[in-house]
Amino acid sequence: MTSSQTIISRPPRIRLFRGPLALKDAVFVVVLWASGVLAIGAMAGVLIVLAIGSAPALTEAGLGAFVADGDWYPTAGEYGLVAMVAATLAVSAGALAVAGPLGILCAVYIRYYAGDVAGAAFRVVLMTLAAIPSVVYGLWGMTVLVPHIAAWQPPGTSLLAGVIVLSIMVLPTVAVLAEAGLRQLPASLYLGSLALGCARHAAIKRIVLSSAKGAVAAACMLGLARALGETMAVLMVVGNAVAMPDSPFASVRTLPANIALEMAYAIDVHRSALFVSGLFLMAMVGLLLVLRRCWGGADAPQS
Amino acid sequence: MSARKTVIAAFSLALTFAGLGVSHTQEEVRIVVTGSSTIAPLMMDIAQRYEAAHPGVQVDVQTGGSSRGLSDVRRKLADIGMVSRALGADENDVAATRIAWDGVALIVHAQNPLERLSDDQVRAIYTGQATRWEAFGSWDGPITVVSKAEGRSTLGIFLDYLDLDIRDIRAHTIIGDNEQAVKVVAGNPRAVGYISIGAAEYHASAMTPIRAIALGAVAPTSANVANGSYPVRRELNLVTYPDPAAPVEAFLRFASGQQVHDLISDHYFSPASD
Repeated sequence: MTSSQTIISRPPRIRLFRGPLALKDAVFVVVLWASGVLAIGAMAGVLIVLAIGSAPALTEAGLGAFVADGDWYPTAGEYGLVAMVAATLAVSAGALAVAGPLGILCAVYIRYYAGDVAGAAFRVVLMTLAAIPSVVYGLWGMTVLVPHIAAWQPPGTSLLAGVIVLSIMVLPTVAVLAEAGLRQLPASLYLGSLALGCARHAAIKRIVLSSAKGAVAAACMLGLARALGETMAVLMVVGNAVAMPDSPFASVRTLPANIALEMAYAIDVHRSALFVSGLFLMAMVGLLLVLRRCWGGADAPQS
Repeated sequence: MSARKTVIAAFSLALTFAGLGVSHTQEEVRIVVTGSSTIAPLMMDIAQRYEAAHPGVQVDVQTGGSSRGLSDVRRKLADIGMVSRALGADENDVAATRIAWDGVALIVHAQNPLERLSDDQVRAIYTGQATRWEAFGSWDGPITVVSKAEGRSTLGIFLDYLDLDIRDIRAHTIIGDNEQAVKVVAGNPRAVGYISIGAAEYHASAMTPIRAIALGAVAPTSANVANGSYPVRRELNLVTYPDPAAPVEAFLRFASGQQVHDLISDHYFSPASD
């Protein structure tokens, strides 16, 4: 952190008296500054809108009504969000449990086992997977996956369907980011351990992956963040009945799905209660970022 | 670089002319219509026909549910609210114009041989007391219960008819609109849901593997909804404040008149005939 600050602050001081360059530099600094302010402003704006929108429900029902172990019948004055928080966590964690290891394996394959051509082709495939709109995954889940699960364990729309669809969506995120992390390691680490007589798999397991722990953790965290916020694809396959996720075949509802499902038709306190759902979701993602600070380390690559 | 400048110049010129064109039609009247997503597609067609016949009038149709339509009219955000249910006794501050009827029917997969269910059987299914099709005869397997998200007027009508509370419902899948319900039931031979008869007839004619089952004893067709023999039907209303402005009143007369009955039938609703 300290080193990057000195890099940013040095150039203007040096170039201040060099004519046109100084002007360009000044413009550049202003643009940078403005985009920084814009990003922070957008973030603050979202928080303010959420807070204002939540205020009526929080004053009428109180925060307790949302965290208490109640049901969600907003038009009848019951606002329990616990089941939906649990379902959101279960779907996302399940997706990460599947996509995390697979994604890391994909990254290792691209970096150390695939040749140049195969590796590049595989990366293109992953990038394409990442670029497919989530509603397409949802449509696939709804028309192909859910009927298959329904034939085996009705009703089909379930936690399991959500985990499978989300895993496929999160996999490319984790794989591409983890691969980027592996690429930033000095080549000497891997080559050096091979030269010392390590087997390939041992070099990767013991040396490479443990050195890239921060980057891999960051990749998983970003994948998890994507899973937490995913709305449409999940909405289309999990069934959306508000219940604790007590079985992989049970119908559950996640927080983002709750907002998308009811917002268009909600008025007054019901609408405000949906803003509280948004606030809860923000809190969960915020908590995740804090955890990532603690585990991943500050110098883990971001992209 | 010069090519890009030419494009920009041409574009701004076009924009200028477009702006001129708009400002030249004197006194554009804008009518804002919001509310029920059931009525909105029909209303868009009506608005289009009205705009074609009345240059200078623009009708904006936005969806957001019946409750939203009502509250938008009360807060003067909209001139007309679309409300797909009858108005309650405490809602007489606004005036309703009935334009059509719509019925609510159960739908099951086309493979399901069941012909009809009694109200008590439907109640048992939706409250979780009956969980397998064997209880009703010729079909087997566990029942997948499809219901609608809170705030939708179809849910309200369904609950009213069966005299159930939202808290009694034990659903496996909760969906937002008719289309989603159709997709879920078409993909699961053991599912049961309820949707607008208009939507059910449309999908049955489009070869979607679903079948409508009556709530009550009368066949669920838009003809029976029209003649009033089908019991679970709802009014499709346009809501305004009493004594609306002249252009709004003219549009209301148009939307509730003979000249839009073909559009109402196109949407599988039944024109209000009174």
